[in-house]
Amino acid sequence: MVTKSAVKDHELVPEHVLLSVEEGVAVLKTYGIEAPQLPKIHVSDPVAKEIGAKVGDIIKVVRRSPTAKQSIFYRLVID
Amino acid sequence: MSISVKEVQQRLDRVDLPQDLIDAILGGLEGVEVTAEQLEEIINQVSADYEHARVEPCEAVGVVAAQSIGEPGTQMTMRTFHYAGVAEINVTLGLPRLIEIVDARKIPSTPTMTIRLTPDYAHDRDLAREVAWAIESTSILHLGSVATDLAEMNVLIELNPGPMEQRKITAEEVAEKLREETGLAADQKENLIVMAPEEPSYRELLQLVEKIKKISLKGIEGIKRVVIRKEGDEYVLYTEGSALRKIMQFDGIDPNRTKTNNINEIAEVLGIEAGRNAIINEATDTLREQGLSVDVRHIMLVADIMTVDGEVKQIGRHGVSGEKASVLARAAFEVTVNHILDAAVRGDVDDLRGVTENVIVGQPIQLGTGDVQLVAKRFEVKQ
Repeated sequence: MVTKSAVKDHELVPEHVLLSVEEGVAVLKTYGIEAPQLPKIHVSDPVAKEIGAKVGDIIKVVRRSPTAKQSIFYRLVID
Repeated sequence: MSISVKEVQQRLDRVDLPQDLIDAILGGLEGVEVTAEQLEEIINQVSADYEHARVEPCEAVGVVAAQSIGEPGTQMTMRTFHYAGVAEINVTLGLPRLIEIVDARKIPSTPTMTIRLTPDYAHDRDLAREVAWAIESTSILHLGSVATDLAEMNVLIELNPGPMEQRKITAEEVAEKLREETGLAADQKENLIVMAPEEPSYRELLQLVEKIKKISLKGIEGIKRVVIRKEGDEYVLYTEGSALRKIMQFDGIDPNRTKTNNINEIAEVLGIEAGRNAIINEATDTLREQGLSVDVRHIMLVADIMTVDGEVKQIGRHGVSGEKASVLARAAFEVTVNHILDAAVRGDVDDLRGVTENVIVGQPIQLGTGDVQLVAKRFEVKQ
């Protein structure tokens, strides 16, 4: 009866990419901000858990946007 | 001197424009010969138009969004309990639903799920029925009748073989479940189950009957009704009650296309980004159902603000408006005295950086050109 499926395959869930430290620093530099100024995501978030994110990581979200087709969003992993 | 499609592609990859504009340029150039200069000219014109269409820096997008959603909201019906096209299933729509969405209620007043099935189940009515019966919470009243025998002081449960076969449950299983849930003995003979309360009192007997009626014998608790509907060429299940996490584990159900209208549940099971998408979908569907069209950008802004902190926050006292940094802005919203009193006790400082607080003190607001601060560079006058 158990047909466990991955959360990230659901049609409501956009693609989440875990960024390396260097990529994260580059993102902060392009926007000229500090990490805490980014939108947040909890470590306990099902998708964050699935990609193995840790507190302090930055996750890049590739959203399917109805206006721009694709838009990039960043979230800081918090407790 | 025209350039190849590949070169056009490469040039466009370096352009900082939204994907759909790049696709539109590519589409327009299909089968057309262009030179490098012409391509530059096209890109420049498109970029200029795009820049022109963009929101200006320091524009009050929040206020515009609030107005753009609020005004159509006044035209919505106040109280609609619609049968969203499906017989029996009752769904809150209109203004109450919109309020529910921005209030981020933990449980909506009418939770429903839209369950889609895997290809092998989706086209077969009988298989779809089977899934529906497997998930629908089955109580004793679905299977038979409950009566009390006052002379013997016991409860008589008569089961009908027909419904039991449909729902794939036997009299033995029913008796076992009843024993488990009540902790009392249950005598089962064929399709008759006899139960007696611990003490032979009139009150206990009636309480036992009520308890038996409430027990969920099979299926998922909280799923009160399941309706099957044919959409296109596949069967879709609609439920009254919502339990997304449990439902996703069931055989025959496509976990990736199954949804609920409970936004908090989606955020919990599928993550905050899915929650954001759910807010956008639910809000646009609610508005569209009423024949109102609001630009998605406004709804997207609302959904973004509600989900920035990693959890779904309401637009209101306990969420976005209540967490503003400025004391005066919070006081202007609701429970004025409390906010000012608390701020005084704590010795809070208001930096007067937002719109509301500057309106209150009578200063120019920091919006549009008002947000730009010019600092003159002082040159030393050379003698």
